[in-house]
Amino acid sequence: MLDQYLGVIITFGFAAVIVGIMCGASMILGVHHPGPVKQQVFECGNPPTGPARGRFSVRFYLVAILFIVFDVEVVFLYPWAIVFRRLGVPGLVEMVVFIGVLAAGLAYVWKKGALAWD
Amino acid sequence: MWADAAIAAVKSLVMLLLALNLTVLLLWVERKGSALIQDRIGANRANIFGGILPFNLGIVNTLIADPIKMFTKEDVIPAGADKLLHFFGPFLAVFPVLVTFAAVPFGDVLVIGGREINLQVAELNVGILYVLAMSGLSVYGVVLGGWATNSRWSLLGAIRGSAQMISYEIAMGLGLIGAILVFGTLDLQAIARAQGATIWGVIPAWGIIYQPLGFLIFLVAGIAETKRVPFDLPEGESELTSGYFTEYSGSKQATYMMSDFAEIVVVSALATTLFFGAWQVPYLARDGFHFPGGFALALPQVVVVVMQVASFVLKVLILCCFQILVRWSLPRYRYDQLMDLGWKTLLPLALANVLITAIVIVLAG
Repeated sequence: MLDQYLGVIITFGFAAVIVGIMCGASMILGVHHPGPVKQQVFECGNPPTGPARGRFSVRFYLVAILFIVFDVEVVFLYPWAIVFRRLGVPGLVEMVVFIGVLAAGLAYVWKKGALAWD
Repeated sequence: MWADAAIAAVKSLVMLLLALNLTVLLLWVERKGSALIQDRIGANRANIFGGILPFNLGIVNTLIADPIKMFTKEDVIPAGADKLLHFFGPFLAVFPVLVTFAAVPFGDVLVIGGREINLQVAELNVGILYVLAMSGLSVYGVVLGGWATNSRWSLLGAIRGSAQMISYEIAMGLGLIGAILVFGTLDLQAIARAQGATIWGVIPAWGIIYQPLGFLIFLVAGIAETKRVPFDLPEGESELTSGYFTEYSGSKQATYMMSDFAEIVVVSALATTLFFGAWQVPYLARDGFHFPGGFALALPQVVVVVMQVASFVLKVLILCCFQILVRWSLPRYRYDQLMDLGWKTLLPLALANVLITAIVIVLAG
């Protein structure tokens, strides 16, 4: 178990050091002359008004929910795909039903207009 | 135990350096290549020793001068920004991309002093799942970076980016299932080995021959995951100034820029591993060439391994250059077109691909 993941852990360490140095380089090497004008957020010349983290379109939430539904179902397909050759025809029939339900769900969402951006 | 750890560390360093070098090389290919495509000269100012060569290829410019400039710039953090998340935005954009390389095999077995070294950093039996899980994490880099800066442009870019990335992740995951059905394993090294076989003794049994549609779906979804033209809505210079990294400067901005190129390398490396025979050279076995027709050529083991690694790097490089060509050839999508392509085209296509592949496998026995 550990043998398998030893390389992963070591790679995590190396990658964290490399990326950390890359991100932090200007904090150490760069100059620091902060000022009120320089620290203003970019807003095409106008002074920014109100909080930036405001409300945004509800459609993005819809996409997130659809993602969870479909991604979980995709995950179910992975173990099936691996043992598929051993399952044979019964495995195929079961998965046709499962994918049929998935496709019906997609068709329903499509028809309801959840995928439409206007 | 310590020997294993040392070998794993060396392999990990080799793989990371390979990935980083390819990434940096791509920066040069992008800048000089785009200049070539747009009929201009491109980077040609910086040089060392007053220019020994009569021509300037811009290598010093893109690989040395620009990084030094970026790394020594001021790190501006806007007022009202979350300083910790401002750091972790670019960090999480590149870190997950780099660690995916741990599961990608870059060669067959290298035998040194009777010890067999598998040229793969971590021999994971869940390789593809690991890769998908890690590349999925890079969404956090976009979202956190955009949220942390307290800027409207950044937030809009971050939201667009996250919606786009999760939409195409489904198509990507489904597109790979066809390949898993064919190979019957998630272990990337086993998939690479399976592609060493031949069909009728002539055609190399690469994944693309079994899964042409699966490859197309994976490639399109992969390019969408890299968030570059034609799918660069999260950055969209003409609409969002610079998207989620509007408020980044210096080395953090360089890191964000690098994340795009690192993702290109990851997508190419995965496409190579799954669809283009990974490190396989056609007809090259562990002891040398075995051409169809009975002709054989014995080669020393080191030569074989070097050829395999070179073959892997070459294939990855070709796919990377193809993606850069796509980036400079196509115009940008509109956001509704982008979502339509992901949900209404790629997703049904991928479902159909899974069904067709399964039926063909059952029929073929």
